Amino acid sequence: MEHIKTLNTQTLNNTVKKGGCGECQTSCQSACKTSCTVGNQTCENRK
Amino acid sequence: MIHQYQNNGYNIVLDVNSGAVHVVDQAAYDVIGALERQNGAHTPETLRAPKTADGLRSELEDRYSREDIEDILDEVIALTEEGRLFTQDVYEGNIDEVKQRKTVVKALCLHIAHDCNLACRYCFAEEGEYHGRRALMSYEVGKKALDFLIAHSGKRRNLEVDFFGGEPLMNWQVVKDLVAYGREQEKIHDKHFRFTLTTNGVLLNDGIQEFVNREMDNVVLSLDGRKEVNDRMRPFRNGKGSYDLIVPKFQKLAESRDQQKYYIRGTFTRNNLDFSNDVLHFAQLGFEQISIEPVVGDDTDPYAIRSEDLPAIFREYDRLAKIMVDREREGRGFTFFHFMIDLEGGPCVSKRLSGCGSGTEYLAVTPWGDLYPCHQFVGQEEFLMGNVDEGIVRPEIADEFRGCSVYSKENCRKCFARFYCSGGCMANSYKFHHTINDTYEVSCEMERKRVECAIMIKAALADRAV
Repeated sequence: MEHIKTLNTQTLNNTVKKGGCGECQTSCQSACKTSCTVGNQTCENRK
Repeated sequence: MIHQYQNNGYNIVLDVNSGAVHVVDQAAYDVIGALERQNGAHTPETLRAPKTADGLRSELEDRYSREDIEDILDEVIALTEEGRLFTQDVYEGNIDEVKQRKTVVKALCLHIAHDCNLACRYCFAEEGEYHGRRALMSYEVGKKALDFLIAHSGKRRNLEVDFFGGEPLMNWQVVKDLVAYGREQEKIHDKHFRFTLTTNGVLLNDGIQEFVNREMDNVVLSLDGRKEVNDRMRPFRNGKGSYDLIVPKFQKLAESRDQQKYYIRGTFTRNNLDFSNDVLHFAQLGFEQISIEPVVGDDTDPYAIRSEDLPAIFREYDRLAKIMVDREREGRGFTFFHFMIDLEGGPCVSKRLSGCGSGTEYLAVTPWGDLYPCHQFVGQEEFLMGNVDEGIVRPEIADEFRGCSVYSKENCRKCFARFYCSGGCMANSYKFHHTINDTYEVSCEMERKRVECAIMIKAALADRAV
Protein backbone atom coordinates (compact mmCIF):
# COMPACT_ATOMS: atom_id res chain seq x y z
CA MET A 1 0.00 0.00 0.00
CA GLU A 2 1.86 2.99 -1.22
CA HIS A 3 -0.61 5.81 -0.79
CA ILE A 4 -2.77 4.58 2.09
CA LYS A 5 -1.61 3.45 5.50
CA THR A 6 -4.25 1.87 7.72
CA LEU A 7 -3.79 2.43 11.44
CA ASN A 8 -5.99 -0.26 12.93
CA THR A 9 -6.62 -3.91 12.27
CA GLN A 10 -9.87 -4.29 14.20
CA THR A 11 -13.11 -3.12 12.67
CA LEU A 12 -16.44 -2.47 14.33
CA ASN A 13 -18.09 -5.12 12.21
CA ASN A 14 -15.98 -7.75 13.93
CA THR A 15 -17.52 -6.86 17.28
CA VAL A 16 -21.13 -7.39 16.25
CA LYS A 17 -21.23 -11.08 17.06
CA LYS A 18 -18.83 -11.20 19.98
CA GLY A 19 -19.88 -8.00 21.74
CA GLY A 20 -22.58 -7.09 24.18
CA CYS A 21 -21.34 -8.86 27.30
CA GLY A 22 -21.95 -5.69 29.33
CA GLU A 23 -18.95 -6.03 31.61
CA CYS A 24 -17.47 -2.73 30.47
CA GLN A 25 -17.41 0.37 32.59
CA THR A 26 -20.32 2.78 32.57
CA SER A 27 -19.04 5.85 30.79
CA CYS A 28 -20.02 8.52 33.30
CA GLN A 29 -18.28 6.64 36.09
CA SER A 30 -14.88 7.52 34.72
CA ALA A 31 -14.21 11.20 34.58
CA CYS A 32 -16.81 13.00 32.58
CA LYS A 33 -20.16 13.43 34.35
CA THR A 34 -21.30 16.11 31.92
CA SER A 35 -20.71 14.66 28.47
CA CYS A 36 -20.73 11.29 26.81
CA THR A 37 -17.51 9.57 25.94
CA VAL A 38 -18.18 5.96 25.09
CA GLY A 39 -15.60 5.62 22.32
CA ASN A 40 -12.63 6.04 24.61
CA GLN A 41 -13.53 3.13 26.81
CA THR A 42 -11.87 -0.23 26.74
CA CYS A 43 -13.54 -3.56 26.10
CA GLU A 44 -13.30 -5.77 29.19
CA ASN A 45 -13.41 -8.84 27.02
CA ARG A 46 -10.14 -8.11 25.29
CA LYS A 47 -8.08 -7.40 28.36
CA MET B 1 -19.83 6.91 5.00
CA ILE B 2 -16.40 8.45 4.89
CA HIS B 3 -15.10 11.37 6.90
CA GLN B 4 -11.86 12.93 5.81
CA TYR B 5 -9.96 15.81 7.30
CA GLN B 6 -6.52 17.35 7.55
CA ASN B 7 -4.94 18.07 10.89
CA ASN B 8 -1.37 18.86 11.91
CA GLY B 9 -0.10 17.91 8.47
CA TYR B 10 -1.85 14.53 8.37
CA ASN B 11 -4.48 13.54 5.81
CA ILE B 12 -6.88 11.29 7.63
CA VAL B 13 -9.68 9.16 6.25
CA LEU B 14 -12.12 7.61 8.68
CA ASP B 15 -14.37 4.90 7.38
CA VAL B 16 -17.20 5.63 9.77
CA ASN B 17 -19.06 2.34 9.80
CA SER B 18 -16.05 0.06 10.17
CA GLY B 19 -14.03 2.44 12.34
CA ALA B 20 -11.01 1.90 10.07
CA VAL B 21 -8.60 4.83 10.14
CA HIS B 22 -6.34 5.52 7.18
CA VAL B 23 -3.50 8.01 6.90
CA VAL B 24 -3.09 8.90 3.26
CA ASP B 25 -1.02 11.09 0.96
CA GLN B 26 -2.55 14.11 -0.73
CA ALA B 27 -3.30 12.22 -3.95
CA ALA B 28 -5.17 9.45 -2.14
CA TYR B 29 -6.96 12.06 -0.04
CA ASP B 30 -8.26 13.72 -3.18
CA VAL B 31 -9.10 10.46 -4.93
CA ILE B 32 -11.11 9.17 -1.97
CA GLY B 33 -12.87 12.52 -1.70
CA ALA B 34 -13.80 12.39 -5.37
CA LEU B 35 -15.03 8.80 -5.03
CA GLU B 36 -17.21 9.73 -2.05
CA ARG B 37 -18.75 12.58 -4.03
CA GLN B 38 -19.38 10.21 -6.93
CA ASN B 39 -21.14 7.62 -4.84
CA GLY B 40 -21.13 7.38 -1.07
CA ALA B 41 -22.26 3.78 -1.34
CA HIS B 42 -19.48 2.53 -3.59
CA THR B 43 -18.91 -1.22 -3.66
CA PRO B 44 -15.95 -3.12 -5.15
CA GLU B 45 -18.10 -3.59 -8.25
CA THR B 46 -18.97 0.07 -8.73
CA LEU B 47 -15.36 1.02 -8.01
CA ARG B 48 -14.23 -1.32 -10.81
CA ALA B 49 -16.72 0.08 -13.29
CA PRO B 50 -14.93 1.93 -16.12
CA LYS B 51 -16.93 5.09 -15.55
CA THR B 52 -15.49 5.36 -12.00
CA ALA B 53 -11.91 5.56 -13.25
CA ASP B 54 -13.02 7.84 -16.09
CA GLY B 55 -14.66 10.18 -13.60
CA LEU B 56 -11.55 10.28 -11.44
CA ARG B 57 -9.30 11.01 -14.37
CA SER B 58 -11.44 13.83 -15.65
CA GLU B 59 -11.58 15.40 -12.19
CA LEU B 60 -7.97 14.88 -11.09
CA GLU B 61 -5.84 14.42 -14.19
CA ASP B 62 -4.53 17.96 -14.05
CA ARG B 63 -3.08 17.27 -10.59
CA TYR B 64 -2.05 13.61 -10.57
CA SER B 65 -0.68 11.14 -13.09
CA ARG B 66 -2.94 8.53 -14.60
CA GLU B 67 -0.73 5.86 -13.02
CA ASP B 68 -1.06 7.32 -9.53
CA ILE B 69 -4.82 7.59 -9.84
CA GLU B 70 -5.07 3.97 -10.96
CA ASP B 71 -2.75 2.73 -8.21
CA ILE B 72 -4.78 4.52 -5.59
CA LEU B 73 -8.02 3.19 -7.00
CA ASP B 74 -6.58 -0.34 -6.74
CA GLU B 75 -5.74 0.28 -3.08
CA VAL B 76 -9.22 1.64 -2.44
CA ILE B 77 -10.81 -1.41 -4.06
CA ALA B 78 -8.68 -3.76 -1.94
CA LEU B 79 -9.65 -1.93 1.27
CA THR B 80 -13.30 -1.89 0.27
CA GLU B 81 -13.19 -5.64 -0.29
CA GLU B 82 -11.69 -6.03 3.19
CA GLY B 83 -14.50 -3.98 4.74
CA ARG B 84 -12.31 -0.98 5.60
CA LEU B 85 -13.58 1.61 3.16
CA PHE B 86 -17.04 2.47 1.90
CA THR B 87 -18.61 0.12 4.42
CA GLN B 88 -22.32 0.55 4.95
CA ASP B 89 -24.10 0.94 8.26
CA VAL B 90 -25.31 -2.59 8.88
CA TYR B 91 -25.94 -2.03 12.56
CA GLU B 92 -29.33 -0.38 12.32
CA GLY B 93 -30.77 -3.84 11.74
CA ASN B 94 -29.53 -4.75 15.22
CA ILE B 95 -31.13 -1.81 16.91
CA ASP B 96 -34.40 -3.55 17.75
CA GLU B 97 -32.39 -6.22 19.49
CA VAL B 98 -30.51 -3.54 21.41
CA LYS B 99 -33.73 -1.74 22.34
CA GLN B 100 -35.44 -4.90 23.51
CA ARG B 101 -32.45 -6.27 25.36
CA LYS B 102 -32.86 -7.13 28.98
CA THR B 103 -30.59 -4.77 30.85
CA VAL B 104 -29.19 -5.13 34.31
CA VAL B 105 -28.16 -2.35 36.65
CA LYS B 106 -24.38 -2.29 36.83
CA ALA B 107 -23.54 1.12 38.20
CA LEU B 108 -24.85 3.51 40.80
CA CYS B 109 -23.97 7.09 41.45
CA LEU B 110 -24.52 7.52 45.18
CA HIS B 111 -25.28 11.08 46.16
CA ILE B 112 -23.67 10.62 49.48
CA ALA B 113 -23.98 14.29 50.39
CA HIS B 114 -26.24 16.94 48.98
CA ASP B 115 -24.09 19.56 50.53
CA CYS B 116 -20.79 21.13 49.61
CA ASN B 117 -18.05 23.18 51.20
CA LEU B 118 -17.38 25.02 47.96
CA ALA B 119 -19.76 27.24 46.01
CA CYS B 120 -18.71 26.62 42.41
CA ARG B 121 -20.49 29.06 40.18
CA TYR B 122 -21.37 26.58 37.43
CA CYS B 123 -22.46 23.69 39.65
CA PHE B 124 -25.36 21.77 38.11
CA ALA B 125 -26.10 20.59 41.63
CA GLU B 126 -26.60 24.17 42.82
CA GLU B 127 -23.88 24.10 45.46
CA GLY B 128 -24.69 20.48 46.14
CA GLU B 129 -28.36 20.88 46.88
CA TYR B 130 -29.83 19.69 43.54
CA HIS B 131 -32.85 21.96 43.56
CA GLY B 132 -33.78 20.48 46.92
CA ARG B 133 -32.64 20.49 50.49
CA ARG B 134 -29.27 19.81 52.04
CA ALA B 135 -29.01 16.23 53.12
CA LEU B 136 -26.53 13.46 53.87
CA MET B 137 -27.16 9.85 52.87
CA SER B 138 -27.59 7.57 55.86
CA TYR B 139 -25.79 4.23 56.12
CA GLU B 140 -29.18 2.49 55.95
CA VAL B 141 -30.13 4.12 52.65
CA GLY B 142 -26.66 3.41 51.24
CA LYS B 143 -26.90 -0.24 52.25
CA LYS B 144 -30.27 -0.57 50.54
CA ALA B 145 -28.78 1.01 47.43
CA LEU B 146 -25.96 -1.57 47.34
CA ASP B 147 -28.50 -4.35 47.96
CA PHE B 148 -30.61 -2.98 45.10
CA LEU B 149 -27.57 -2.98 42.82
CA ILE B 150 -26.64 -6.55 43.67
CA ALA B 151 -30.23 -7.73 43.25
CA HIS B 152 -30.62 -6.09 39.83
CA SER B 153 -27.20 -6.87 38.40
CA GLY B 154 -27.97 -10.31 36.99
CA LYS B 155 -24.82 -12.17 36.02
CA ARG B 156 -22.72 -9.05 35.75
CA ARG B 157 -19.81 -9.43 38.14
CA ASN B 158 -18.15 -6.01 38.12
CA LEU B 159 -20.36 -3.45 39.80
CA GLU B 160 -19.50 0.23 39.90
CA VAL B 161 -20.35 2.63 42.65
CA ASP B 162 -19.39 6.28 42.54
CA PHE B 163 -19.46 8.25 45.75
CA PHE B 164 -20.64 11.57 44.46
CA GLY B 165 -22.15 14.76 45.80
CA GLY B 166 -22.16 17.58 46.58
CA GLU B 167 -18.99 16.71 48.35
CA PRO B 168 -18.81 13.10 49.57
CA LEU B 169 -16.04 13.76 52.08
CA MET B 170 -18.66 15.68 54.10
CA ASN B 171 -20.20 12.27 54.84
CA TRP B 172 -17.01 10.24 54.97
CA GLN B 173 -17.89 7.80 57.72
CA VAL B 174 -20.87 6.58 55.70
CA VAL B 175 -18.60 6.14 52.65
CA LYS B 176 -16.21 4.02 54.69
CA ASP B 177 -19.02 1.97 56.18
CA LEU B 178 -20.59 1.36 52.77
CA VAL B 179 -17.28 0.21 51.32
CA ALA B 180 -16.97 -2.26 54.21
CA TYR B 181 -20.53 -3.45 53.60
CA GLY B 182 -19.87 -3.79 49.88
CA ARG B 183 -16.71 -5.83 50.47
CA GLU B 184 -18.68 -8.16 52.73
CA GLN B 185 -21.52 -8.55 50.24
CA GLU B 186 -19.33 -9.10 47.19
CA LYS B 187 -17.99 -12.30 48.74
CA ILE B 188 -21.48 -13.59 49.43
CA HIS B 189 -22.81 -12.81 45.94
CA ASP B 190 -19.66 -13.36 43.85
CA LYS B 191 -19.53 -9.75 42.74
CA HIS B 192 -16.74 -7.23 42.62
CA PHE B 193 -17.34 -3.61 43.54
CA ARG B 194 -15.32 -0.96 41.81
CA PHE B 195 -15.62 2.11 43.96
CA THR B 196 -14.94 5.62 42.73
CA LEU B 197 -14.75 8.84 44.70
CA THR B 198 -15.36 12.26 43.18
CA THR B 199 -14.07 14.97 45.49
CA ASN B 200 -13.14 18.63 45.65
CA GLY B 201 -10.31 17.76 48.04
CA VAL B 202 -11.09 20.34 50.71
CA LEU B 203 -11.31 17.73 53.48
CA LEU B 204 -8.70 15.36 52.07
CA ASN B 205 -6.16 14.20 54.66
CA ASP B 206 -3.67 11.36 55.13
CA GLY B 207 -6.23 9.00 56.63
CA ILE B 208 -8.67 9.52 53.78
CA GLN B 209 -5.86 9.18 51.26
CA GLU B 210 -4.80 5.87 52.70
CA PHE B 211 -8.37 4.56 52.58
CA VAL B 212 -8.91 5.86 49.04
CA ASN B 213 -5.74 4.18 47.81
CA ARG B 214 -6.74 0.91 49.38
CA GLU B 215 -10.37 0.82 48.28
CA MET B 216 -11.09 3.12 45.35
CA ASP B 217 -10.57 1.92 41.80
CA ASN B 218 -10.66 5.47 40.57
CA VAL B 219 -10.71 8.89 42.13
CA VAL B 220 -11.83 12.04 40.37
CA LEU B 221 -10.21 15.19 41.74
CA SER B 222 -12.00 18.41 40.89
CA LEU B 223 -9.83 21.40 40.02
CA ASP B 224 -10.11 23.77 37.08
CA GLY B 225 -6.52 24.59 36.23
CA ARG B 226 -4.58 27.80 36.75
CA LYS B 227 -5.07 29.48 40.11
CA GLU B 228 -6.95 32.50 38.77
CA VAL B 229 -9.19 30.28 36.63
CA ASN B 230 -9.94 27.87 39.44
CA ASP B 231 -10.51 30.47 42.11
CA ARG B 232 -12.87 32.51 39.96
CA MET B 233 -15.26 29.57 39.49
CA ARG B 234 -14.49 27.37 42.51
CA PRO B 235 -14.51 29.61 45.59
CA PHE B 236 -15.42 28.73 49.14
CA ARG B 237 -18.75 30.00 50.32
CA ASN B 238 -16.98 33.03 51.75
CA GLY B 239 -15.63 33.87 48.30
CA LYS B 240 -12.04 32.85 49.00
CA GLY B 241 -10.30 30.75 46.35
CA SER B 242 -9.72 27.03 46.86
CA TYR B 243 -6.60 26.44 44.73
CA ASP B 244 -3.90 26.96 47.38
CA LEU B 245 -5.50 24.56 49.85
CA ILE B 246 -6.33 21.84 47.38
CA VAL B 247 -3.44 21.59 44.91
CA PRO B 248 -0.82 20.20 47.34
CA LYS B 249 -3.31 17.59 48.58
CA PHE B 250 -4.12 16.46 45.05
CA GLN B 251 -0.45 16.33 44.07
CA LYS B 252 0.29 14.17 47.07
CA LEU B 253 -2.65 11.87 46.37
CA ALA B 254 -1.74 11.46 42.69
CA GLU B 255 1.84 10.59 43.57
CA SER B 256 0.72 8.16 46.24
CA ARG B 257 -1.30 6.33 43.56
CA ASP B 258 1.74 6.18 41.25
CA GLN B 259 -0.01 8.59 38.91
CA GLN B 260 -2.56 5.91 38.05
CA LYS B 261 -6.28 5.35 38.49
CA TYR B 262 -7.28 8.93 39.06
CA TYR B 263 -8.22 11.98 37.04
CA ILE B 264 -7.59 15.57 37.84
CA ARG B 265 -10.80 16.91 36.38
CA GLY B 266 -11.67 20.46 35.51
CA THR B 267 -14.39 22.38 33.76
CA PHE B 268 -13.69 25.14 31.28
CA THR B 269 -16.07 27.99 30.63
CA ARG B 270 -16.12 30.95 28.27
CA ASN B 271 -14.03 32.71 30.92
CA ASN B 272 -11.07 30.49 29.99
CA LEU B 273 -11.40 29.61 26.35
CA ASP B 274 -7.61 29.28 26.38
CA PHE B 275 -8.13 26.12 28.43
CA SER B 276 -5.21 24.29 26.82
CA ASN B 277 -3.13 26.36 29.24
CA ASP B 278 -5.06 24.84 32.13
CA VAL B 279 -4.41 21.35 30.83
CA LEU B 280 -0.72 22.19 30.52
CA HIS B 281 -0.77 23.75 33.97
CA PHE B 282 -1.95 20.41 35.33
CA ALA B 283 0.90 18.71 33.50
CA GLN B 284 3.34 21.24 34.97
CA LEU B 285 2.00 20.44 38.42
CA GLY B 286 2.96 16.82 37.75
CA PHE B 287 -0.46 15.35 37.03
CA GLU B 288 -0.49 12.67 34.35
CA GLN B 289 -4.20 11.78 34.14
CA ILE B 290 -6.04 14.88 33.08
CA SER B 291 -9.60 15.72 32.12
CA ILE B 292 -10.98 19.16 31.38
CA GLU B 293 -14.37 19.44 29.81
CA PRO B 294 -16.69 22.20 28.71
CA VAL B 295 -19.23 23.62 31.10
CA VAL B 296 -22.87 23.04 30.29
CA GLY B 297 -24.76 26.16 31.26
CA ASP B 298 -27.98 27.93 30.39
CA ASP B 299 -27.84 30.37 27.50
CA THR B 300 -28.29 33.16 30.03
CA ASP B 301 -25.27 32.14 32.11
CA PRO B 302 -22.39 34.49 31.34
CA TYR B 303 -19.88 31.64 31.57
CA ALA B 304 -21.78 29.27 29.24
CA ILE B 305 -20.14 28.15 26.00
CA ARG B 306 -21.78 29.74 22.97
CA SER B 307 -21.65 28.65 19.36
CA GLU B 308 -19.51 31.70 18.52
CA ASP B 309 -16.86 30.38 20.93
CA LEU B 310 -16.37 27.20 18.91
CA PRO B 311 -13.61 28.41 16.55
CA ALA B 312 -11.48 29.44 19.54
CA ILE B 313 -12.19 26.13 21.28
CA PHE B 314 -11.23 24.19 18.16
CA ARG B 315 -7.93 26.08 18.01
CA GLU B 316 -7.30 25.14 21.63
CA TYR B 317 -7.95 21.45 20.99
CA ASP B 318 -5.65 21.56 17.96
CA ARG B 319 -2.92 23.27 19.96
CA LEU B 320 -3.26 20.82 22.81
CA ALA B 321 -3.16 17.82 20.48
CA LYS B 322 0.04 19.04 18.81
CA ILE B 323 1.72 19.72 22.15
CA MET B 324 0.70 16.28 23.41
CA VAL B 325 2.29 14.63 20.38
CA ASP B 326 5.52 16.56 20.99
CA ARG B 327 5.56 15.75 24.68
CA GLU B 328 4.84 12.08 24.06
CA ARG B 329 7.78 11.90 21.67
CA GLU B 330 9.96 13.58 24.31
CA GLY B 331 8.90 11.04 26.92
CA ARG B 332 6.88 13.62 28.87
CA GLY B 333 3.45 12.48 27.78
CA PHE B 334 0.25 12.68 29.76
CA THR B 335 -3.28 11.38 29.28
CA PHE B 336 -6.06 13.77 28.33
CA PHE B 337 -9.36 12.00 28.92
CA HIS B 338 -11.16 13.49 25.93
CA PHE B 339 -8.41 12.52 23.51
CA MET B 340 -8.35 8.92 24.66
CA ILE B 341 -9.35 6.61 21.87
CA ASP B 342 -8.74 2.93 21.53
CA LEU B 343 -8.72 2.10 17.83
CA GLU B 344 -7.97 -1.57 18.40
CA GLY B 345 -9.72 -2.54 21.62
CA GLY B 346 -12.52 -0.03 22.02
CA PRO B 347 -16.09 -0.83 22.90
CA CYS B 348 -18.16 -3.24 20.83
CA VAL B 349 -20.89 -2.06 18.49
CA SER B 350 -23.56 -3.06 20.98
CA LYS B 351 -22.09 -0.64 23.51
CA ARG B 352 -21.66 2.09 20.93
CA LEU B 353 -25.27 1.79 19.87
CA SER B 354 -26.70 1.79 23.35
CA GLY B 355 -24.83 4.80 24.73
CA CYS B 356 -23.97 5.72 28.29
CA GLY B 357 -26.49 3.43 29.98
CA SER B 358 -28.25 6.12 32.01
CA GLY B 359 -31.73 5.14 33.13
CA THR B 360 -31.07 1.46 32.52
CA GLU B 361 -27.61 0.26 33.53
CA TYR B 362 -26.65 3.36 35.46
CA LEU B 363 -28.80 5.10 38.06
CA ALA B 364 -28.31 7.87 40.57
CA VAL B 365 -29.44 7.54 44.18
CA THR B 366 -30.34 10.61 46.24
CA PRO B 367 -29.50 10.91 49.96
CA TRP B 368 -33.03 9.77 50.80
CA GLY B 369 -32.93 6.82 48.40
CA ASP B 370 -34.78 8.08 45.32
CA LEU B 371 -33.66 6.69 41.98
CA TYR B 372 -33.04 8.86 38.91
CA PRO B 373 -31.67 8.01 35.43
CA CYS B 374 -28.39 9.74 36.23
CA HIS B 375 -26.87 12.37 38.48
CA GLN B 376 -27.84 15.17 36.11
CA PHE B 377 -31.55 14.35 36.31
CA VAL B 378 -31.62 14.36 40.10
CA GLY B 379 -34.22 16.77 41.39
CA GLN B 380 -36.28 16.77 38.18
CA GLU B 381 -39.41 15.08 39.44
CA GLU B 382 -40.57 13.94 36.01
CA PHE B 383 -37.56 11.60 36.00
CA LEU B 384 -38.05 10.12 39.47
CA MET B 385 -37.99 6.38 38.70
CA GLY B 386 -38.43 4.80 42.11
CA ASN B 387 -36.52 4.35 45.32
CA VAL B 388 -34.28 1.86 47.07
CA ASP B 389 -37.19 0.43 49.11
CA GLU B 390 -39.62 -0.26 46.27
CA GLY B 391 -37.19 -0.45 43.35
CA ILE B 392 -38.16 0.93 39.93
CA VAL B 393 -41.79 1.97 40.12
CA ARG B 394 -41.88 3.81 36.80
CA PRO B 395 -40.34 1.35 34.32
CA GLU B 396 -41.60 3.46 31.42
CA ILE B 397 -38.78 5.89 32.17
CA ALA B 398 -36.22 3.10 31.80
CA ASP B 399 -37.94 2.04 28.56
CA GLU B 400 -37.61 5.54 27.18
CA PHE B 401 -33.89 5.61 27.95
CA ARG B 402 -33.42 2.09 26.59
CA GLY B 403 -34.98 3.15 23.31
CA CYS B 404 -32.58 6.04 22.90
CA SER B 405 -29.75 5.38 20.43
CA VAL B 406 -27.82 6.97 17.60
CA TYR B 407 -30.69 5.90 15.34
CA SER B 408 -33.36 7.63 17.39
CA LYS B 409 -31.59 10.97 16.93
CA GLU B 410 -31.83 12.50 13.49
CA ASN B 411 -28.63 14.52 13.84
CA CYS B 412 -26.59 11.41 14.66
CA ARG B 413 -27.48 9.67 11.42
CA LYS B 414 -25.35 12.04 9.39
CA CYS B 415 -22.61 12.50 11.99
CA PHE B 416 -19.25 10.78 11.57
CA ALA B 417 -18.65 10.70 15.33
CA ARG B 418 -21.80 8.78 16.24
CA PHE B 419 -19.95 5.60 17.20
CA TYR B 420 -17.61 7.53 19.52
CA CYS B 421 -20.09 9.53 21.59
CA SER B 422 -22.96 7.05 21.07
CA GLY B 423 -25.51 9.79 20.70
CA GLY B 424 -24.22 12.15 23.33
CA CYS B 425 -25.49 13.07 26.75
CA MET B 426 -29.22 12.59 27.21
CA ALA B 427 -29.30 15.06 30.09
CA ASN B 428 -27.84 17.73 27.83
CA SER B 429 -30.40 16.91 25.16
CA TYR B 430 -33.21 17.24 27.68
CA LYS B 431 -31.81 20.46 29.08
CA PHE B 432 -31.83 22.18 25.72
CA HIS B 433 -34.65 20.44 23.83
CA HIS B 434 -36.92 18.88 26.51
CA THR B 435 -36.46 15.47 24.95
CA ILE B 436 -33.73 12.90 25.46
CA ASN B 437 -33.92 12.00 21.75
CA ASP B 438 -32.16 15.05 20.43
CA THR B 439 -28.63 16.41 20.53
CA TYR B 440 -26.99 19.50 21.98
CA GLU B 441 -25.23 20.83 18.92
CA VAL B 442 -22.56 22.92 20.66
CA SER B 443 -21.47 19.83 22.52
CA CYS B 444 -21.59 17.74 19.32
CA GLU B 445 -19.31 20.20 17.54
CA MET B 446 -16.74 19.91 20.31
CA GLU B 447 -17.03 16.12 20.40
CA ARG B 448 -16.37 15.90 16.66
CA LYS B 449 -13.30 18.07 17.07
CA ARG B 450 -12.01 15.95 19.93
CA VAL B 451 -12.44 12.75 17.94
CA GLU B 452 -10.51 14.29 15.05
CA CYS B 453 -7.69 15.37 17.37
CA ALA B 454 -7.59 12.00 19.11
CA ILE B 455 -7.22 10.19 15.81
CA MET B 456 -4.58 12.65 14.62
CA ILE B 457 -2.54 11.92 17.74
CA LYS B 458 -2.69 8.20 16.92
CA ALA B 459 -1.62 8.95 13.36
CA ALA B 460 1.28 11.12 14.50
CA LEU B 461 2.53 8.63 17.05
CA ALA B 462 2.36 5.85 14.45
CA ASP B 463 4.41 7.97 12.09
CA ARG B 464 7.89 6.63 12.66
CA ALA B 465 9.37 8.68 9.86
CA VAL B 466 9.03 11.83 11.94
